[in-house]
Amino acid sequence: MQISDIQKAVRQQKASISRRVEEALKKIEQNSHLNAFTQVFADQARERAQQLEEQLSAGKNPGPLTGVIMAIKDNINIAGRRTTCASKILENFVSPFDATVIQRLREAGAIFIGKTNMDEFAMGSSSENSYFGSVKNPLNPDYVAGGSSGGSAVAVAIGACDAALGSETGGSIRQPASFTGLVGIKPTYGRVSRYGLVAYASSLDQIGVFARTVQDTAAILQIIAGHDEKDSTSAEVEVVDYATTINRDFKELKIGLPKQYFADGLDAEIREGILKITNELAKQGANVEEFDLPLTRYAIATYYIIATAEASSNLARYDGVRYGFRAPEVDDLQEMYASTRSKGFGKEVKRRILLGTYVLSAGYYDAYYKKAMQVRRLIKEELNNAFKKYDVIVTPTTPTTAFKLGEKISDPLTMYLMDIYTVTANLAGICAINLPAGKHSNGLPFGLQVMAPAFREERLFQLGATIERMQS
Amino acid sequence: MEYEAIIGLEVHTQLLTETKIFCGCSTKFGAEPNSQTCPVCLGMPGVLPVLNKKVVEFAVLLGLATNCQIRRSNRFARKNYFYPDLPKGYQISQFEEPICENGYLEIETEQGKKRIGLIRIHMEEDAGKSVHDESYVEANETLIDLNRCGVPLLEIVSAPDIRSPQEAHAYLTQLRQLVRYLGISDGNMEEGSFRCDANISVRPVGQQKFGTRTELKNMNSFAHVQKALEYEIERQTELLKDGKSVEQQTLLWDADKNIAQPMRGKEESHDYRYFPEPDLVPVHIDVAWFDKIKQSLPELPQEKFERFLNQYQLPEYDVRLLTENREVADYFEKVAALFDDFKMISNWMLGEIARVLNEQKISINQLPLKPDKLADLLQAIRKKVVSTSAAKKVFDFLLSNDLSVEQAIEKLGLKQISDESEIEQFVERVIAQHPAEVESFKAGKTKVIGFLVGQVMKLSRGKANPQLVNQLLQKKLKA
Ligand SMILES: [Zn+2]
Repeated sequence: MQISDIQKAVRQQKASISRRVEEALKKIEQNSHLNAFTQVFADQARERAQQLEEQLSAGKNPGPLTGVIMAIKDNINIAGRRTTCASKILENFVSPFDATVIQRLREAGAIFIGKTNMDEFAMGSSSENSYFGSVKNPLNPDYVAGGSSGGSAVAVAIGACDAALGSETGGSIRQPASFTGLVGIKPTYGRVSRYGLVAYASSLDQIGVFARTVQDTAAILQIIAGHDEKDSTSAEVEVVDYATTINRDFKELKIGLPKQYFADGLDAEIREGILKITNELAKQGANVEEFDLPLTRYAIATYYIIATAEASSNLARYDGVRYGFRAPEVDDLQEMYASTRSKGFGKEVKRRILLGTYVLSAGYYDAYYKKAMQVRRLIKEELNNAFKKYDVIVTPTTPTTAFKLGEKISDPLTMYLMDIYTVTANLAGICAINLPAGKHSNGLPFGLQVMAPAFREERLFQLGATIERMQS
Repeated sequence: MEYEAIIGLEVHTQLLTETKIFCGCSTKFGAEPNSQTCPVCLGMPGVLPVLNKKVVEFAVLLGLATNCQIRRSNRFARKNYFYPDLPKGYQISQFEEPICENGYLEIETEQGKKRIGLIRIHMEEDAGKSVHDESYVEANETLIDLNRCGVPLLEIVSAPDIRSPQEAHAYLTQLRQLVRYLGISDGNMEEGSFRCDANISVRPVGQQKFGTRTELKNMNSFAHVQKALEYEIERQTELLKDGKSVEQQTLLWDADKNIAQPMRGKEESHDYRYFPEPDLVPVHIDVAWFDKIKQSLPELPQEKFERFLNQYQLPEYDVRLLTENREVADYFEKVAALFDDFKMISNWMLGEIARVLNEQKISINQLPLKPDKLADLLQAIRKKVVSTSAAKKVFDFLLSNDLSVEQAIEKLGLKQISDESEIEQFVERVIAQHPAEVESFKAGKTKVIGFLVGQVMKLSRGKANPQLVNQLLQKKLKA
């Protein structure tokens, strides 16, 4: 059921919120082998459903998301619940406060059904780097669900919730959405408050949404978007009403196709699938044009320098002193730090902390971090220039469909290349969305990415709704 | 060969904001450990800093007062290091783009005025405290109190322009006076709200190149700074004289033993991996905000000093003392608005009032006798309602009694007798009782008059107007 239908149904008492919660819990139970959840809040969700029903029958309006069931990535704080980040080091950490997005969703009437599995501290592209084990793709459990927000994608895909929150640093929503056939949006940097999102790379991180339709994605973003005084980097830019802008005619949009995103390394079937859609758009009257984005080739390197540098600092607080895991049997402070962090973090997290520490070190800072920030600015300029010509940019979301579990885990460089089409949006701070674009002959879905200038999410929804209609 | 010292000072001063620099916690001193904390200053997963604007304003005030260039667009950076009292594993500070740069402070030296350059002033957060107190902890344990964590600091870095411990002292005194004048810090070194580290090297006079420097830490009072610098200058000079070289290192001042000891090597070798703080947007001070801050800049010590000299025509010595502290100067001016014998006010403030403040260890704002009452009292002296000596009794009485000056004089029965016939009676009795002294006066030893005046005063229990007494005595004796 779409969120708008849920709203109608629960208000006319044609659907029981409690029954929907039971159904969701059953889905979670049936799909437990996919390992999508780190925590399930069965009792709390039931209780919340009852409360909402009572409010409704008392004639109150609990909000625009009344009874909407949501799963939350386990790096977003819910007061009184554990925030594990799928890490041993935070396995038992209970957050004392709600993230701003959680507070807003709660006030809008949403129900939180559970926390979802992910790559540890959101570092990964397959949700295999989890202390709690890999997340599996519902379409074929031998394949990955993508990452790092793999659990949130699976939760939506199996019908365990109506929508889910994920987080992005370099493609962590769009890529799993592409691998599982969902809509997934990475909003503009600053569009959604990061307060309560456990930081991986502060200048790139952004909370986003998974849903089954563009409309649902927009409905959730509508609630969580907007300035928050607790996050200085959240923008004071007005949030337009997505529901009214979503049906604008797509023909007014100028669409750019960057050549570099359709070059070597892209699966032929995916290329064909994406171009089929853009051809159709052109046929229906859209203005579609190819163009160059030459700096794309530096995006991955730039991304991994900036992200790891910030991560090395952001993750310094997990030292065993105040909360979380502390290694036992140590003799002094230095050993406590070393042992706690060696045992508490997984391999990929340690790799990135070391990389980040290295690129910030005296003597290397200018060559790596500073240079990367300069390249980042150039990439941003290049994109902004492109947006002077095109309203949106369309690309594939990933070069391939989902890969097999274990296939790339021992080869970090190949794994990092899975983000090749998505990281640019994070580096430039713009918004981007994944839309289901078809099924590969291997039986797995693939996605189409739309990018729009900063704070123009409505364009993503506008074109997204069109493509959705074309697909059905 | 003659040697000279090259000294640069780094001062950290805690700001008197109500709340911490990046969260809403109180900055009050002395609360129950960890009671003034929240997820933000505890560095919980998912928190973000939000800048307290007051800190920017205080930094700009100090920058303006020290002739700095103010960077209207500046930004924070992370200083990364592990320590248990640093919850995030980094300190939010400023690095490449500090808020104030290139200023100076003028100090008085024996050779006259001298400018000490300020390289930079930047904003940062304080760390918490590790508690090793045996009454709290068992052996080998350390407790952490994070109340202080996130309290705003300004770091003020001087150029290596200081040449002696005396100059260092003058610089610190000046700087502390300034932060107090501006009302941005209490400047209390003993309580740790004003801390000083020193960089120091020695070179033969005439040599251009700086020698190898050492860093001196852990000096908890002005006296310690001076002693530590003297010690270190001598140590380095001796080394150079002996043809040895100075090792670059950090030394901790041991105030009990009066020596500086090297810090352990490991804690010294930090690579702080500074990078711009991504959780905060650059601080932009627009024209309107800047002007507003500028307008709130109070009169500075030197300006006040010069104005007092001109306006009140007092000796330099008096003005120096009266303007040393902004509250004292304010007190003086409040009295001066009501009473125009400025020297008399000054005498009372530097005499009686200074004595009371000193004895009771209070600040002038805590003095129960408010400026208007002092003005009334001085007025009473001038109008000869009380004698100066009686006025001192009234003054003391008013410190612990909330009465008007008139009521106090009444209550103490100290109203001065200026009635000639009444005084005449005392005078006649004294002359009668002291024939010997009267004789010597008449014989030309006029100094004896002082004794006789004293006797009259005694007889009147201090209430007689001494000038009248003197006049009447002279008249009677010469008659
Ligand atoms: Zn706090």
